[in-house]
Amino acid sequence: MAHRFESVAQVRQGLKDVNYLADDGIAGVAYLADRLGKPVLVEGPAGTGKTQLAKSIAEITGSRLIRLQCYEGLDESKALYEWNYKKQLLRIQADKNSDSWSDVHDDIFSDEFLLTRPLLEAISAPDPVVLLIDEVDRVEVETEALLLEILSEYQVSIPELGTITAKQIPMVFLTSNNTRELSEALKRRCLYLHVDYPSMDREKEIVLARVPEVSDNLADQIARIVRSIRQLDLKKAPSVSETIDWARTLVLLGIESIDAQQAKETLHILLKYQTDIAKAAKELSVDK
Amino acid sequence: MLDLLAGFVTELRNAGLPVSLTENLDAMEAVQHIPIEDRDAFKYALGATMVKNNAHWRAFETVFEVYFSMRGPEYNIADGDTDLDEMWREMQEQMRQGDNRGAQGGSMDQLTPEELAQMLMSALMNGDQAMMRALARQAVQRFAGMEPGRPVGGTYYLYRTLRNLDLDGMLDKLMEKSREEVGGELTPLEERLEHDEYNDRIEQFKKEIEAEIRRRLVADRGAEAMAKTLRKPLPEDVEFMHASRDEMQNLKKALQPLTRKLAARLARKRRHGRKGPLDFRNTVRHSLSYGGVPAEPKFKYPRPAKPELMVIADISGSVAAFARFTLMLVYAIQGQFSKVRSFVFIDGIDEVTDYFRGEEDIANAIHRVNTEADVVWVDGHSDYGHAFEVFWERYGKDVGPKTTVLLLGDARNNYHASQAWVIKEIRQKARHVYWLNPEPKSYWNTGDSIVGDYGTHTDGVYECRNLRQLEGFVEKLA
Repeated sequence: MAHRFESVAQVRQGLKDVNYLADDGIAGVAYLADRLGKPVLVEGPAGTGKTQLAKSIAEITGSRLIRLQCYEGLDESKALYEWNYKKQLLRIQADKNSDSWSDVHDDIFSDEFLLTRPLLEAISAPDPVVLLIDEVDRVEVETEALLLEILSEYQVSIPELGTITAKQIPMVFLTSNNTRELSEALKRRCLYLHVDYPSMDREKEIVLARVPEVSDNLADQIARIVRSIRQLDLKKAPSVSETIDWARTLVLLGIESIDAQQAKETLHILLKYQTDIAKAAKELSVDK
Repeated sequence: MLDLLAGFVTELRNAGLPVSLTENLDAMEAVQHIPIEDRDAFKYALGATMVKNNAHWRAFETVFEVYFSMRGPEYNIADGDTDLDEMWREMQEQMRQGDNRGAQGGSMDQLTPEELAQMLMSALMNGDQAMMRALARQAVQRFAGMEPGRPVGGTYYLYRTLRNLDLDGMLDKLMEKSREEVGGELTPLEERLEHDEYNDRIEQFKKEIEAEIRRRLVADRGAEAMAKTLRKPLPEDVEFMHASRDEMQNLKKALQPLTRKLAARLARKRRHGRKGPLDFRNTVRHSLSYGGVPAEPKFKYPRPAKPELMVIADISGSVAAFARFTLMLVYAIQGQFSKVRSFVFIDGIDEVTDYFRGEEDIANAIHRVNTEADVVWVDGHSDYGHAFEVFWERYGKDVGPKTTVLLLGDARNNYHASQAWVIKEIRQKARHVYWLNPEPKSYWNTGDSIVGDYGTHTDGVYECRNLRQLEGFVEKLA
């Protein structure tokens, strides 16, 4: 099978072209996922670009993104496939007398009456796809087992039809906010990638890439202040998306360089808890 | 290469990381796609295939450093031959190269300590990575006084090197310098940012030094021996009673995601209880829509009562850390209990429930507990007997059939009277009484520990030495 990427550097460059700034780890794991044909389990704090990674990979490989949003109570009829009962009933009633039993039986369990759901769709797609299984930690442990066959063998078994094997191996990303420990079986089948808050330099580049209007000087200041805030002991540290929001706000306000007063007035964009805001304001000594 | 990886995996397992066979095979396959010369990519490839928990990343990194520290682009030694002489020669050569890169022309060996400090300062000032690395090498060579075969740990060399460099003083000097550069005073915000910036760079420099020392030690002793000395318990296995300051910080960080997970798990457990008995009323009501035929049976969902919790914690000396963690954990998941009341004692006892009420930040509340609670009665040495007696007198009437009482401490009573009858009385009134002891089981009932005296009157005494055990217990409780 042809590989999507030639080298780690190519992945990195490609991601950069679509304004996703990857570090060595991210690019390396994405490259390996392609080479080994394995799914990637992406974990990390909220708002660090886990979902965006899948979207960006889809964009650079020119694939369709198929997304399965996980939630409690997700079952196979919503994740894998479902029989179209209404259509089956109609088929039976349409020619009651003509067909023999076995003909009807074979007919109503064929592709035509199958409703594909995201997982099956990703497998049976003829064109290249990227499958994103979002917030996989939200489903129950038992439901996780649904994913195992598709993740290791890239196939789905349907009792009435047989096994459907993937025409091409899709790139699979699973994201998790780590609200519970995922099962060993799932982890074992995946490559693991932990996406943490970016280093200061990377954050600055991200701000520059995402908010083109921002000046170099301001981006530098933003990145430095955010880093200082993240070092504090907060309930919720500012995420990358909040940093970008903040940068946008500052640009809108026409601020070229942040002083203490302006920082204090806009802190609420970075931090979402009153205690955190108070603490950050005090620590950065902007409320003096 | 295969041997090296096998040794690496064995060491990872020794360090407590669960690396399965398939993961090992994946790693073998992964490294075929990544050139070993690209050290970072190589590291991430191994990490992605073998480390599936972020808390284990640090342990992985340490082992990686030890096993592959000689394999970066700058340390290209044929086949990782650990021949000592060759290694030293290599290093000397590296040294010279480093000097040239340092753009100072002359050999670094001839610099005076003052000049060295000056260079370090300018390197830190400009954030010059290559220069910092070269200086770290020079500093280790000069100050650590490493001798091959000397049986001392890396920390000793680290201490010696850092003492000579005086990095704390360096920070002050850097701050002064940047103030001069601006010409006048910095605003508080700028000052803070500069401070963080330099702090970061100095930390980086320290890491360089550590890495350098490790490199040399590995060269001296071989990877296996070195990895053994560096082996550290994973965060969830660190003992409360013997945690260093760094480990405490890590514990604190580990506690937060843990409580989140625990709360989610407990809530789920409560919701997904089995169906209860037939709900007759509800079934009849629904039968109306089927013309009086009870076609759709309805069931009662059991709603287990949330327990009421009373935490009584010893906060003297060494067990304080343990009490702190338990309180933090309990309050972080207080939604799982109908009511939480907490008491702390040394030889006197005080209720501290109010400190947690209306306080969003648990760490703040804990701080207030430590500073404001009135827990000293006579001399500030643990007296479980007196504390329990007072508890019974003042709050005994509040213990009811729904209450679960949690006692935290090592039961080292300084040979005072035990007053174990209080526990017996409490148990008669309360639903459960548990005792959590942060000491290893083998220490119980030795010296002045009388946990056995109390233990007979409780529903169970649990050893709670690390986060893993604590988590297990709390899950059982709620």
